[in-house]
Amino acid sequence: MNLNLTLIGQAISFAIFVWFCMKFVWPPVIAALEERSKKIADGLEAANRASRDLELAQEQADQILRESKDNAAEIIEQANKRANQMIDEAKEQVIADGKRLREAAQAEIEQDVMRAKEALRAQVSVLAFAGAEKILGATIDEKAHSEIVEQLAKEL
Amino acid sequence: MASENPTASEYIKHHLQNLTFGQHPDGSWGIAETSKEAADMGFWAIHLDTMGFSIGLGILFLVLFRFAAKKASVATPTGLQNFVELMVEFVDNSVKESFHGKSKVIAPLALTIFVWIFLMNLMDLVPVDFIPRIATDVFGIEYFKIVPTTDINAALGMSLSVFFLIIFYSISIKGFGGFVKELTLQPFNTPIMIPFNFVLEMVGLLAKPVSLALRLFGNLYAGELIFILIALLPWGVQWALSVPWAIFHILVITLQAFIFMMLTIVYLSMAHEEH
Repeated sequence: MNLNLTLIGQAISFAIFVWFCMKFVWPPVIAALEERSKKIADGLEAANRASRDLELAQEQADQILRESKDNAAEIIEQANKRANQMIDEAKEQVIADGKRLREAAQAEIEQDVMRAKEALRAQVSVLAFAGAEKILGATIDEKAHSEIVEQLAKEL
Repeated sequence: MASENPTASEYIKHHLQNLTFGQHPDGSWGIAETSKEAADMGFWAIHLDTMGFSIGLGILFLVLFRFAAKKASVATPTGLQNFVELMVEFVDNSVKESFHGKSKVIAPLALTIFVWIFLMNLMDLVPVDFIPRIATDVFGIEYFKIVPTTDINAALGMSLSVFFLIIFYSISIKGFGGFVKELTLQPFNTPIMIPFNFVLEMVGLLAKPVSLALRLFGNLYAGELIFILIALLPWGVQWALSVPWAIFHILVITLQAFIFMMLTIVYLSMAHEEH
């Protein structure tokens, strides 16, 4: 319990220890700590940014998807409309064609009838002449006359 | 031991005597055989046990921390590096909380104080007779005290170093005039009160190292003494007292190391700040 040289010895060793600690222990540890904390902060920030980017990308993807859905719906609708239109047009065409054909056929038929009538008329007059000749030429025979008339009528 | 069957007071005295090397009054150099001889050596003697253990522990501290500091990497730290980083961060935070000036010395100083004092205090938990018995029986050394901080010289050596740092920083920050002004013009800022102020401030200034040293020394000395007293009991019941006391002492040694460090930081930050 005596105060003696130990005091000074202790002070000197203390000073040396502090100097050593200041020179060789403190700086590397603090540097490592600071670098690590910086790295962690950077990492956290990067993660934050990434999650924000992801959100943005998701939103963008959603929008694109929505747009393309709309587009597709529109295209389909247009196609449907077009198809209906085409069908309608085709129907009209067919109806118009049919009508035209029928009319043409009718006209031809009428023409044929007219022509036949014309021909018949001509033949009737010839027959009438032939009949009259026969009547005038042959003996009057009731029975034969009626036969002729009947024949005439049949020929008409 | 002084005698084969020492009395209680002889035993206690024996345990409180350092291994002293110095000049005997008759002029010859050597190790003091009795406490009387040690006292007669006066100031020019040295406690070999205190010096040996404190320097050994200091080197242990620095080697461990240097080893970890060298390997300190940014990647995942392990084991020792974790521990060292924990200590460094703890001290760094303590310094940042109470010291606002800029100084490269304060933080390493605080770390050294904390760890070194903690290690020296830790020697208190080694059973009191363990190492002295080995020293006596194996090496023939009569006195051997293994807890450096129970030697007033160790505590005072550190606190005086801190004291010189306080004065150094006071003068280098505020200038010599500023330091003198601080000592003389506070708390009463009139020329008439200068002597009064000076006495008051001087007492305050000198009380810092003394209280710093005595607090550490007193706590550890008392703790050691209680361990010695417990060691006087019959061996079968010693554990009943020494174990609780040792567990409690874990708190004391850490706390004392922490207090010494914190007060050093506070004193030095006071030296840095203008009032």
